[in-house]
Amino acid sequence: MKRVYVNEEWCLGCHLCEYNCAFANSGMKDMAFALKDKKIFPRIHVEDGDKITFAVSCRHCTDPNCVKSCIAGAISKQDGVVKIDRSKCVGCLTCVLVCPYGALAPGENGTMQKCELCLENSCGEPACVTGCPNKAIVYEERGAAE
Amino acid sequence: MKKYLIIGNGAAAVGCIEGIRSVDKAGEITVISEEKRHVYSRPLISYYLEGKTDAERMKYRSDSFYDDNGCRVIYGAKAVSVDSSAKRVKLEDGTELSYDELCVAAGSRPFVPPFAGLDTVEKKFSFMTLDDALALEAAITKESRVLIVGAGLIGLKCAEGIYGRVGSITVCDLADRVLSSILDADCAAVVQKRLEEAGISFMLGDTAERFDGDTAYMKSGKSVEFDVLVLAVGVRANTELVKNAGGEVNRGIVVNEKMETSLPHITAAGDCAEGFDASIGANRVLAILPNAYMQGHVAGVNIAGGSADLGSAIPMNSIGFFGYHIMTAGAYEGEMLEERSDETVKRFFVKDGLLRGYILLGETERAGIYTALIREKTPLDTIDFELTKKVASNAIFSREIRRKKFGGVV
Ligand SMILES: Cc1cc2nc3c(=O)[nH]c(=O)nc-3n(C[C@H](O)[C@H](O)[C@H](O)COP(=O)(O)OP(=O)(O)OC[C@H]3O[C@@H](n4cnc5c(N)ncnc54)[C@H](O)[C@@H]3O)c2cc1C
Ligand code: SF4
Ligand code: SF4
Repeated sequence: MKRVYVNEEWCLGCHLCEYNCAFANSGMKDMAFALKDKKIFPRIHVEDGDKITFAVSCRHCTDPNCVKSCIAGAISKQDGVVKIDRSKCVGCLTCVLVCPYGALAPGENGTMQKCELCLENSCGEPACVTGCPNKAIVYEERGAAE
Repeated sequence: MKKYLIIGNGAAAVGCIEGIRSVDKAGEITVISEEKRHVYSRPLISYYLEGKTDAERMKYRSDSFYDDNGCRVIYGAKAVSVDSSAKRVKLEDGTELSYDELCVAAGSRPFVPPFAGLDTVEKKFSFMTLDDALALEAAITKESRVLIVGAGLIGLKCAEGIYGRVGSITVCDLADRVLSSILDADCAAVVQKRLEEAGISFMLGDTAERFDGDTAYMKSGKSVEFDVLVLAVGVRANTELVKNAGGEVNRGIVVNEKMETSLPHITAAGDCAEGFDASIGANRVLAILPNAYMQGHVAGVNIAGGSADLGSAIPMNSIGFFGYHIMTAGAYEGEMLEERSDETVKRFFVKDGLLRGYILLGETERAGIYTALIREKTPLDTIDFELTKKVASNAIFSREIRRKKFGGVV
């Protein structure tokens, strides 16, 4: 299965992926209108280390802790993609407690959001990757298929 | 074709069904469910009262779950005995069911101490099932004075659930602090203050000794008048089926890493079972939903002929009140290291160069990174622990480790 992978050497720390993610999931047509002067809730986060920056999003784990732990049964794996039904989420943060990568965070209404690879929004493939100016994140097949 | 029988219909049962089906698509699965409901998320009953979910969205799995997995569910039936040599289970109505493999996923029940005069209380409730929540909902009014006995997770979640829908809430507990099973005294005081600011009253180090109608007489000599009583003192694992069949039980049904009990062809999972807790190196009941699901899954895989073991289970909790989040994990032993601000507290417990446990109040972002440090026993001298204490970040790892985490299939 194709996933998003990180080439941290190439990351500029520009945070463009966060904006592209928030826009792709906003359902709006105009980026400025969708994001200007608003707090954004992207599903990918650029982490700043000492001398290093890199973008973190869901790994779509082979054996996902979040799916097994969600107290509402809101997270499921479908064809390898780990998805969340936000209407069932009650915001208890148990998924945050168990995700080893820090890949989930609450959205604007307090229910959880995570990367679902843009397969169902208008983008159709990860908008973060498409917009990355330096190929610091890529969307490709690596390792064994499931 | 194997015949699987599952007693109980909660998260552990669902884990067991999904575990069986990951190995055996054909075997016959029968589920005995005392509750007459499609499987729902038990922890959501307080969110239901708060209006954050409803009976439809509380379903832990879709309506077609049992059909999709080829399961027969017998609703409203209670298993009363197990004959492990004949491999048969008897139901309350006398029906007998045979099995090749049995999984006991019977959960727990509320523990109600023998309070004098409890039978004189008209409106009294436990807080374990959706039916309990619905009955409580029907009994409360905007004027109700509610007394909750028990300041643990269940009692306080109940308080949050009915908050705003009743006149007043008083919570008493024999322990001297709230959430005594997961918080130390300092952290409990921080949480208690927040709850008090919201208007909830506490009587700690004190509990009801005797009831007379709408009055509770406390150990301290005080008395409390109430309209509605909620008993949330604690829970007891449902161990009797296995115990009476001659299996080893302690506080929970004793199981090994594969969730096998001491009886052949009988596994147990979830709140009724006492599995290995890696944080203390001993068996203990870990009564949390993630653990119930995972234990059920391990049991299911094994009875279907696959091979799975539980690996590193530790106690952990994520609970919030009025938007203030609390997370805890592991054991609170060793040196305590603290990061504190006006609104937040983070306590880390370090022993032998390993993170053994933590308590986080108010700041819980990416806390799973901490949980993984405990579970994976990551030596702290291989990461940037100073940074770790301030924020949970993947920047604490070496480039090599990060390459594995974010450049490979995990
Ligand atoms: C109010 C509340 C809040 C909670 N909040 C959280 C939380 O935030 N996070 C968390 O991780 N955990 C929470 N928990 C704990 C969590 O709900 C349990 O750990 C989990 O539900 C255990 O699942 P289980 O399948 O082992 O048992 P259960 O969900 O208890 O299911 C057992 C089932 O077996 C049935 N049964 C029992 N005996 C028999 C019999 N003899 N015959 C037939 N059927 C039988 C019962 O009717 C029941 O349906 C909470 C619990 C409560 C009550
Ligand atoms: S949210 Fe975390 S645990 Fe769940 S699949 Fe993604 S990376 Fe894995
Ligand atoms: S916060 Fe939502 S998605 Fe995460 S475990 Fe709780 S209910 Fe499930």
